[in-house]
Amino acid sequence: MNNGLMMTTAEQFLFWIIGPIIVLGASALLFSKRAVLTACSVMVTMVGLAFLYVGLGSPFLGIVQVVVYTGAIMMLFVFVLMLVGVDVSDSFIETIRGQRWAGVLLGLGLLVVLSGAVFRSTFTFAIGTDAASNGNNAGAVAHLLFSDFAFTLEITGCLLIIAAMGAVILTHRVRLTRPITQGEMMEIRTKRGMRLTPPPAPGNYARHNAADVPAIDARGKIIEDSVPSALRMRGQVHNLRGLPQDLLEDKVPPTRRPDAAAPAIEAGTAGSSDSAGPRDTGGPPEPGDTAGPEVKP
Amino acid sequence: MINNVVLAAEVAASQAAQMSWLVIAIPLASAGLLLLVGRAADKWGHLLGVTASAASFVVGAWAFVDLLSRPVAERVQDVTLFKWIPGGTFDLNMGIRVDQLSLTFVMLVTFVGTLIHIYSIAYMEHDRDRRRFFAYLNLFVAAMLLLVLADSYVVLFVGWEGVGLASYLLIGFWNHRLEYAVAAKKAFVANRVGDVGMIVAMMIMFSQFHALSFAGVFEAAEHASGATLTLIGLALLLAACGKSAQFPLQSWLGDAMAGPTPVSALIHAATMVTAGVYLVVRSGPIFEHTPAARLAVVTIGAITLLYGAIVGCAKDDMKKALAASTMSQIGYMMLAAGLGPVGGIFAIMHLVTHGFFKAGMFLGAGSVMHAMKDQVDMRRFGALNKAMKVTWLTFMMGWLAILGIPPFAGFFSKDKIIEQAFVAPEGQVWQGWVFGLVAMFGAGITAFYMSRLFFMVFQGKARWTDEQHPHESPGLMTVPMIILSLGSVFLGLILTVVKFDEYLAPALVEGHHGEPVMNAYVIMGATLALVVIGAWIAWSKFGSAKAVVPTLPPAADGLVRAAREDLYQDAINDALLVKPGQALVRGATKTDDDVVDGAVRGLAWVFQGMGSLVSRIQNGYARSYAATMLAGVILLAAIVLAGRM
Amino acid sequence: MTVSAYLILASVLFTIGTVTVMVRRNSIIVFMGVELMLNAANLAFLAFARMWGNVDGQLAAFFVMVVAAAEVVVGLAIIVSLFRTRRTVSVDDENLLRH
Repeated sequence: MNNGLMMTTAEQFLFWIIGPIIVLGASALLFSKRAVLTACSVMVTMVGLAFLYVGLGSPFLGIVQVVVYTGAIMMLFVFVLMLVGVDVSDSFIETIRGQRWAGVLLGLGLLVVLSGAVFRSTFTFAIGTDAASNGNNAGAVAHLLFSDFAFTLEITGCLLIIAAMGAVILTHRVRLTRPITQGEMMEIRTKRGMRLTPPPAPGNYARHNAADVPAIDARGKIIEDSVPSALRMRGQVHNLRGLPQDLLEDKVPPTRRPDAAAPAIEAGTAGSSDSAGPRDTGGPPEPGDTAGPEVKP
Repeated sequence: MINNVVLAAEVAASQAAQMSWLVIAIPLASAGLLLLVGRAADKWGHLLGVTASAASFVVGAWAFVDLLSRPVAERVQDVTLFKWIPGGTFDLNMGIRVDQLSLTFVMLVTFVGTLIHIYSIAYMEHDRDRRRFFAYLNLFVAAMLLLVLADSYVVLFVGWEGVGLASYLLIGFWNHRLEYAVAAKKAFVANRVGDVGMIVAMMIMFSQFHALSFAGVFEAAEHASGATLTLIGLALLLAACGKSAQFPLQSWLGDAMAGPTPVSALIHAATMVTAGVYLVVRSGPIFEHTPAARLAVVTIGAITLLYGAIVGCAKDDMKKALAASTMSQIGYMMLAAGLGPVGGIFAIMHLVTHGFFKAGMFLGAGSVMHAMKDQVDMRRFGALNKAMKVTWLTFMMGWLAILGIPPFAGFFSKDKIIEQAFVAPEGQVWQGWVFGLVAMFGAGITAFYMSRLFFMVFQGKARWTDEQHPHESPGLMTVPMIILSLGSVFLGLILTVVKFDEYLAPALVEGHHGEPVMNAYVIMGATLALVVIGAWIAWSKFGSAKAVVPTLPPAADGLVRAAREDLYQDAINDALLVKPGQALVRGATKTDDDVVDGAVRGLAWVFQGMGSLVSRIQNGYARSYAATMLAGVILLAAIVLAGRM
Repeated sequence: MTVSAYLILASVLFTIGTVTVMVRRNSIIVFMGVELMLNAANLAFLAFARMWGNVDGQLAAFFVMVVAAAEVVVGLAIIVSLFRTRRTVSVDDENLLRH
């Protein structure tokens, strides 16, 4: 692909298109508050790098880059972010005095040193990997991998197994109490007067069927429990604009609403399945039920 | 000029000489046994002690008779027992030298020692620690015998230290009394000062002569420089001063009376204080070539004999008066020993006779104390001649002997010393006059204070307290006193008749008899006259029927007050040595606390500060560590790059 | 344009990763910074592999990826278990070893 010291025009084109994208994606690490956004940007960077790898004459690694980094590693990151809390945004208020300036200055210093080393070096004529790959990059890599680097490969395999076991052990949690069986759960629910059936799916009878839109029962009452508890805890329940207008405006005119009702619905903080009780499930909307279905006694 | 026999004894030792190590071993083994067996030996411990001492005397006598049977040229025998300190090019052997001098001491120590042992059986009868006492006595005798039998200075030093240890143990035998324990400590410390001299002397010998045995040192001394020999001589003199209670290390002797009276007899008569004289006489080949050191010895001896005599005049404590007289008599011996080989012979002769009459007098004093309920104040005695006839008569023999009345023992030895003191070295006539007159005058004072002691104790009117009922001591005590008093009477005569000087002379360097600056008979006459005058003054003041001795010491002039206070020796020691020493120690402690410890603490403070400074980097933030690491990486990379430019 | 262009790009990426490690507090993002640094190294490996006409550099990059995968597994497991016990993913809060 490239036999000369200089890049070909196509490669230059590729480099100058992809390079800035890569740097831009990477810089999200420094400037993005939201971790998910950062992860996505880094994914872009990884894919961009995969392009460059292909351009550098190793299509095999380019594919591996996509599969391993973008497909596995970055997905793992996103999973963990979800686990930890996707909305956990990083505060940019520095707690260690001078740390940010030190980081920036040292980063600049590192850049100067590294690029100084690059600029001060003279590079030989780029041979290109065509001859070495012999038209079959993956085959060439495989040949080397299973001959000269066979032992390294074995050891790396060991490492992977150990790492997997380590992850299992690290995340393993010893159960401290006996798990509650299904029968016991039903007993508890009966005794406490809780709902016995599973909650309806979110968005049932509502205008939208997204996961954050609560279901509405046959009498037009909102069933808060239908929204997954994780969303409720985070206050991400939809603001119920999917409800029929009359239901909202007639029954609960803004002027007559108690102060707590609207914010409760907006924020979605009100209501939990434990204390909701049968009141949520049935009963026509009473004329005097001015507080709306979400207001708790 | 030097008798070769003394220098290198290459004579095959006789069987008796070969076996003479038993002289030391028997009492030593007995002491060890008595101390190890403990209370189980209480019933028979004293008998074992006496037996060991007597057995030692028998072996010594055997060696002595054997020695006499040998020709004169073969009498100095060195017996190597075993290789003690093998050191490559320098080997030190544990060995004994059997010759006329050492056997003289062996006979004196074992004979008088055995008598004192026997005496102690009765004297210590009511003491619950009598077995321990006998163990210490045996240890004392063994150490002294090792001292005199040693064939090198190092072996001698072992015995030297053993004597010091045993004296410490015995002086402080009743250490439940604080002042006795303090007295023991004082003796120990004073002796250590002397030991420094001994050690320095040995160091000089080792560095200069590369030898420590008598044979090696004496041979090397012939070719050594005068300065070296003078240094060695002065160091040895310091050692002798410590052990023999000579000026200025005399202060311990009076306090050493704290020990039981038999101990005092042993210390003053046969062992311990005679060691210094022995050392000087034994080291004759060294002193032979150094007139300066000899003059120092003579001067010390002269000072001490006057010092002791003056102190003795004022003491009311019977034992302390006797101690002062010992100091004075040892001063005579020192003076004689410093005069040269001939003087050395008379020093040893006086030492032997003194050993008998002084031991007799101390045992007599012990008998008096025994009778008077441990009273030692002479002002409370008087008229004991009727109550204690044996003690009185034996003490009288000792008294006449120390006065030098012919034909008692002291006359033959002390008169010779005085005569020798008048012998001046060539060109130094003043020395003859000065030391001769000092010795002669000292004899007069001796006569006064010894007569004072004798009259105050035995003559005059009884000044006893009410509860005192004097009685004669038991036979176990009186028999040794009688034997010793016989020695006091006849020993001088016997030694003169058997020509002790000719017997001893081959063991010493050859000397020449000088002529005294005065006629010898004039000296003898003048001395006797002074003695009689001194005794007469004492009689008129303390002994005659008209004399009144107050029971409390009367007011007196400055000299007497000073003498009562031992011429302020303790005050002087305190002011010159103890106080500055304590100040030095305090200063050293303060220096240690403030300077040395301060430096250490300061260093610690510096490092602590640095540590707390550096520990601020250790803030627990991984990001800070990362920054630090990166800084290091950048620095290293920059250095590498700069190096490649 | 030579191979140095790739190296400069790798340097930039590496620097960004480094600064991320130093500046960000969310341990997941910090971890991503580490991954970026590994990728920067991989880029340099591949650029040099091409320069020398040699597949060995590609092998090195391959192994880096494998090791990175292992590292991510363990690292994220650590982060998860830390979050479980301390309810935080901030690297500044994990300073128990200091005391």
